[in-house]
Amino acid sequence: MSVLTFIDIGLSILVVTVAASTIVMRELFAAVVSYVAYGLLLAFVWIRLHAPDVALTEAAVGGGVTGVLLITAGKRLVPLRRTATEAEPTLILKVLAATLAALVACALAAAILMLPDEPPSLAPEAAAAASGPGAGLGNPITAVLISYRSFDTMLEKIVLILAVVAVWSIGTDRAWGNAPAPLRQARPYPAMVFLAQALVPIGALIGIHIFWVGADAPGGAFQGGALLAAMWMMAMMAQLAEPSRIDARWLRLALVAGPAVFLVIGLAGILMAGSFFAYPPNLAKPIILFIETFMVLSIAVALPMLVAGPPNEGLEP
Amino acid sequence: MTFLVDLFRITAIGTGAFFFVAGTVGLLRFPDSLTRLHALTKADNLGLGLVVLGLLPLTENVLVAFKLILIWALVLISGGSTAQLIGRALRSGRR
Amino acid sequence: MREPLLAAAGLILLSVAAGLARVLRGPNDVERLMAVQLLSTGGVAALLLIAYATNVPGVDDVALGLALLTAFAAIAFVNLLEADEGGTGT
Repeated sequence: MSVLTFIDIGLSILVVTVAASTIVMRELFAAVVSYVAYGLLLAFVWIRLHAPDVALTEAAVGGGVTGVLLITAGKRLVPLRRTATEAEPTLILKVLAATLAALVACALAAAILMLPDEPPSLAPEAAAAASGPGAGLGNPITAVLISYRSFDTMLEKIVLILAVVAVWSIGTDRAWGNAPAPLRQARPYPAMVFLAQALVPIGALIGIHIFWVGADAPGGAFQGGALLAAMWMMAMMAQLAEPSRIDARWLRLALVAGPAVFLVIGLAGILMAGSFFAYPPNLAKPIILFIETFMVLSIAVALPMLVAGPPNEGLEP
Repeated sequence: MTFLVDLFRITAIGTGAFFFVAGTVGLLRFPDSLTRLHALTKADNLGLGLVVLGLLPLTENVLVAFKLILIWALVLISGGSTAQLIGRALRSGRR
Repeated sequence: MREPLLAAAGLILLSVAAGLARVLRGPNDVERLMAVQLLSTGGVAALLLIAYATNVPGVDDVALGLALLTAFAAIAFVNLLEADEGGTGT
């Protein structure tokens, strides 16, 4: 048993323990911090599985943005807790739910354990398509995302926009068009302002760098966009920026820019390369980078809007 | 020559890991939130610096080495500032 | 030459685990903030060691992203901590 096996076993036990503690903890803060720790440990697991792109995405979205989203939403619910009038679920309901959850877990485990030795996989076909003339990037993951499975990726961005619309629709009718509540009510401490002023420019550069190298090395549009989103949120939390009104034209244009450009190029593929979402071979890399630029913009705008929440009626236009 | 480099690497990384363990021991044993914060911030950041120092000879070019140092600088800045914020929150909570 | 790197990574992971166990139990929310700090430094160190020991490429970008994201998470949590304890702050 090598040291690596020990580390793997230890990591697995740690992941399960932290996941269990996230479910068991009663207080909001503790549970969300535990969830962030879980996301980070999963990023380790991805690194052990030789998938640095997924590790970065897990750390960015699972650990950072989702954790902040959970804690922001949770804190906003605190005043509402006193007006909640629902009764606690009965014991029978709880037992039923637990049994159902356990059955689903057992079914999943059985499905994984009973896979044949050569599990059916699209990986060889995807790898062949990714290194072919239609893509030709150094990073096969980006090639699969934007070329082999481009339609899925575009639909994912549309799902993100739908989520933002859903969050906005929670606001009251009177408040429609206003800006969301500022991420910070009081004056921030000087240390926080210093940290934001130091980190946001560097972080923005790093986000753009990670997006740009995603064509040939681990990275990509989603990771870069998530980092840029985190930097904008950091600026809002230090009151160096304010969330904008949701009827601002630039905001709405930025949100739809990613999927719109993707769709237009996909349709143009019918004329230029013979089928929906095909890219002409010698222009593949510039087109992919062009699409990714707008996708980064959409992600960087959509994620902070999700965290900022519905429009606030307290503000006058 | 490579033997010396290897020795330097192992010493740096080993000392770094030792400081991490020391920081956690402080975290577990110190009586007070503020003292625990002290152990956490100082020891862990020093440990990270030593680990980065030990990994520098392994990097393939100067750009990657620069990135490693940048990582340490970022963690240092954010760790220091966050410790200040936590300390401030602890103090105003007491009052 | 990977065994020492992995051993160091294992030690650091163990320290992070022990620290997490202590801090997540802590008496108040501020203690939990320290867990984010711990994850930031310990996580980046263990990540770098494991990745260099197993030859995963491009890990320096992952570590950069991780350093920034834990700073972001820490700011967010401090922000909401103060909002809880009498929202007017300083």
